[in-house]
Amino acid sequence: MGIGCAAHRKPQPARTGRRRRTEGFPVIFIQDPPVGGGYTAAMIAPPEPSPWHEARAGAVAILPAAVAVVPFALLLGALAAEKGLSPLEVALMSALVFAGSSQFVALDLWTTPAAWVTLGSAALLVNLRHILMGASIAPKMAGFHPIARVLALLLLADEIWAMAERRAAARPLTAAYFFGLGGLLYVNWVLFTTAGAVVGARFGDPAAYGFDFAFTAIFIGLIAGFRHTRGFLPTVAAAALAAVATQAVLPGPVSIAVGAAAGVAVAAILPPRREAAA
Amino acid sequence: MSLDPATLAAILAMAAATIFTRLAGLVMPASALRHPRARAAFEAVPAAVLAALIAPTVLATGWPETVAALLTALAALRLPLLAVVAVGVVAAALLRAVAG
Repeated sequence: MGIGCAAHRKPQPARTGRRRRTEGFPVIFIQDPPVGGGYTAAMIAPPEPSPWHEARAGAVAILPAAVAVVPFALLLGALAAEKGLSPLEVALMSALVFAGSSQFVALDLWTTPAAWVTLGSAALLVNLRHILMGASIAPKMAGFHPIARVLALLLLADEIWAMAERRAAARPLTAAYFFGLGGLLYVNWVLFTTAGAVVGARFGDPAAYGFDFAFTAIFIGLIAGFRHTRGFLPTVAAAALAAVATQAVLPGPVSIAVGAAAGVAVAAILPPRREAAA
Repeated sequence: MSLDPATLAAILAMAAATIFTRLAGLVMPASALRHPRARAAFEAVPAAVLAALIAPTVLATGWPETVAALLTALAALRLPLLAVVAVGVVAAALLRAVAG
């Protein structure tokens, strides 16, 4: 629409009807009715967008990952059913563990009866990267209530964490945004892994449709978002090469930890930024 | 709906492991981030972890994955994330079909 659009120059009818009721009342009564009173946190920081908006923005941001994860959730449920797990056990595992890669690894190692030491150790190894992720994202949760911070960290997953980092790079991260991210993916994961266990049928290999590559693509897009940070290329190159080299010697999740450590080490060794000297 | 005790123990062990790794980041002292090198290291965490996560798929699976990743990276310089994902998935599916 052009600025000189004739329709815009038409005199607008005066909108008086809806305002009359509030005339003479203090403005504060219109914005914060004293009867509501539930949103003290929002009142402390008035310039921030509403929690509802933040939560919705988080849910929208995680939506591509939530959709891409459905075939894998169904597959995981079906695999678990094949290993003899009941839908209740699958639901419990997804709800309490909520870590796709470690759940796939666990099912790969699953024996009957289940060996809890082996499976617990495998989960620990696969999720070592969470320590780095948590250490990186926790300081960006300064505005969270302490309980909300703990709950948010319990929802830490690759996609959620990456989206939260991306958000934190642009503006302050809010608890509502984080729970928007995490809530959708969590419900989605528990629901569809359980559905997979109930149906138990064979789903086609998600790789056949390129679905597995959705995760790689999401992560490539997110990596590209960090390309303006200092030492970006050496960091990514070191992490990738170390991960591939480790994978060749010791296949499995160890490569993630080793690769990440290599990238972080290179970033630390590179000459510090100029402003730091001041 | 059955709940086997050994399965429950395994699930709880896995849960304990993931709770530990997820909350371990909380106990990192804030003072550790004051040193410029430490800060540089922490700023590098997201890209480093993500790169390590995808590197075996991108570099050591086969040429279709490598080329698809390259196309995805090019798309990521220009397009929004959803379009980037679409480019990646379509490229991977087509190139794998070509590779047979």
